[in-house]
Amino acid sequence: MGDWAIQCDNLKKRYTLGERDIGSRNFREAITGAFAAPFRRFRQLSGDNHARNDFWALKGVDFEVKEGEVFGLVGRNGAGKSTLLKILARITAPTEGRVRMRGRAASLLEVGTGFHPELSGRENIYLNGSILGMTRAEISRKFDEIVDFAGVEKFLDTPVKRYSSGMYVRLAFAVAAHLEPEILLVDEVLAVGDQEFQKKCIARMKSLAGGSATIVFVSHSMSAIQALCNRCLLLEQGRSVEIGPTIDIISKYAAQVTSQQSFERDVVVGDKPSVQRADISTLPPRDGDEKENWRIRVTLNVVSPKKMNVAIGLKIKDALGSPVGFASCGHLGPDEMIALAPENSRITLEMPIQSLAVGDYTVSIRMSIPSVVVLEELEDCLAVTIERGAREGAIRALPQSWGYGCIELPLKYLERGSCDRILAGGHFALIEEDSSQRRTA
Amino acid sequence: MTAASERPLITIEPTTKWWHLDIQELWANRELLKVLCERDIKVRYKQTVLGFAWALLQPLMMMIVFSVFFGHFAKIPSDGLPYPIFVYAGLLPWTFFSTAVTNSSQSLVNSSHVISKVYFPRLIVPFAVVGASLVDFFIASCFLFVMMFYYGITLSGQLLLTPLFIACITVSALGVGTFLSSLTVTYRDFRFVVPFLVQCWMFATPIAFPISIVPEQWRWLVSLNPMTGLIGGFRSCFLGQPFDWPSVLIAFAASIGFFVVGVFYFKSVERRFADIV
Repeated sequence: MGDWAIQCDNLKKRYTLGERDIGSRNFREAITGAFAAPFRRFRQLSGDNHARNDFWALKGVDFEVKEGEVFGLVGRNGAGKSTLLKILARITAPTEGRVRMRGRAASLLEVGTGFHPELSGRENIYLNGSILGMTRAEISRKFDEIVDFAGVEKFLDTPVKRYSSGMYVRLAFAVAAHLEPEILLVDEVLAVGDQEFQKKCIARMKSLAGGSATIVFVSHSMSAIQALCNRCLLLEQGRSVEIGPTIDIISKYAAQVTSQQSFERDVVVGDKPSVQRADISTLPPRDGDEKENWRIRVTLNVVSPKKMNVAIGLKIKDALGSPVGFASCGHLGPDEMIALAPENSRITLEMPIQSLAVGDYTVSIRMSIPSVVVLEELEDCLAVTIERGAREGAIRALPQSWGYGCIELPLKYLERGSCDRILAGGHFALIEEDSSQRRTA
Repeated sequence: MTAASERPLITIEPTTKWWHLDIQELWANRELLKVLCERDIKVRYKQTVLGFAWALLQPLMMMIVFSVFFGHFAKIPSDGLPYPIFVYAGLLPWTFFSTAVTNSSQSLVNSSHVISKVYFPRLIVPFAVVGASLVDFFIASCFLFVMMFYYGITLSGQLLLTPLFIACITVSALGVGTFLSSLTVTYRDFRFVVPFLVQCWMFATPIAFPISIVPEQWRWLVSLNPMTGLIGGFRSCFLGQPFDWPSVLIAFAASIGFFVVGVFYFKSVERRFADIV
């Protein structure tokens, strides 16, 4: 400890936005663009505002990570965490600034990068391992361990396209888990997979950290950040807000998140739709409506390159960050998918909240084509304080802060009865009213 | 754990200079090159009945078609050699070159999911594709020996020069392939341009016809096409014809030129790939 492993100086990253991003520009436009370039340059020099199509994902970030440290990157969607990680992983180049790293770095932005569906499990272990930067000898040495870890001995020679999705992820993670870099860069890989898988991930990262590897970790899961990181960097809109001990940063982040009723960002129109703006509000019952008809309304602006049907889901988390529930149009029933118009669509979603306890919640938006591709995943992008009237017959609604959980379930009794105490055991017995009341011994 | 001073120091800066070709890093990743090459070869013939036979069948079927239409019907001369072996000796290196160029030009776009998730020297991607085509080429070459035996053509000392020509064709394919692959990332138009380009290039190269049928005053123009020298030279190695040294020398120089331009153009735009792919 003491020596630095990663040093970032004034890191900036610019993306150019526009009707079409530079990637899908065609040759003709490039040629006409080349002819127009002198004029554009002229305009730039004469002080015309050429920067309006630019989007700075990072606006000058400095930090230093010490050797052997587990360093967390925290921030809301669009704060620049992933861009920063991509620069550290050398996937994309910074526009300005400099990074220096000491040590063999490996990045884990997803598990199973480069897996080929036609190849067998055995072949994919070598393929994926090599892509992640392991040598052949290293993979061969760890091969049995990897297979053991994944539990796929029987299917080693089966093409991975025949694997169940669980097996696939286990194998992919098993390879990644056997990387032994000096610096490891990890993105939200923990977000995939089940609870057990996530536990495995965390355990593995802890053991790596114990072995004095330096880890940079991006996550929206504050519990994972808390479990792993020594220090964190809080990013907001491409700037570093604060660097400090994990506990301090988490509370700063939580304060940020619970104040956000709308979410907006610049989007690059690529080949997939993306959410440009989202708003949330609680609505009281309409006039003449039932008293219990409290709702939250989410409105989305979605920018799409073409007409398509998508499923949109909302994941609700309570103030402590635990998921409470999920509501979706189309994830569970393909007939309920939402049709997006080309370019801009405005989508309004409403959800009854009669059963939610009063208090603070965050909402994550997930847009996908079910079981094909996840188009957008915005963790905790909205926050809402749910206030609602009590249900009929009650004088108040259940507050989340009471700690009974987040759902107020309707409880009905089927026949009128009364409760009576039985002796000293503290038991209750339901005694039918019409039967004679008697004390049981 | 190694001491801090022994660890590699990586510096990430906005631009790398285009002449900054990190050969050490490429060499360190040679195993990845091999693995990606193997992947391409394995995947290409997965779920085909004939498997690796396709590597042989493709030039073979072309040879039959050419022999029937050009050799038999159109009576195109073949420098006194049997037309089938004449055309096969030309088609063989050409098929290698054209598949290598076509496939490698698509390679970066096809592996966009890997490029946007993991770092490794990007040059490996188009290189691996060329490597895979080279294996196909060696498989198909075996049949050339069978044909030579059938037509009773004796092996000459010129055969010893074959590796030189194969190396030059490979180097050209690497150069053109990397150049087109980096262009395709930015301008998807090249997806349509490349097949057409390769087709035109084929007819501009003496593969199905000998250069001797080109009118004398235009021959220099055909010789300027680097593939003329390479394909012609390869054919001469096997069939014992004299080399056309001027065009061979042009070809050697051009293949190195292709390589240098292709690789350095690639390096100069490499860092943008992940943002636009």
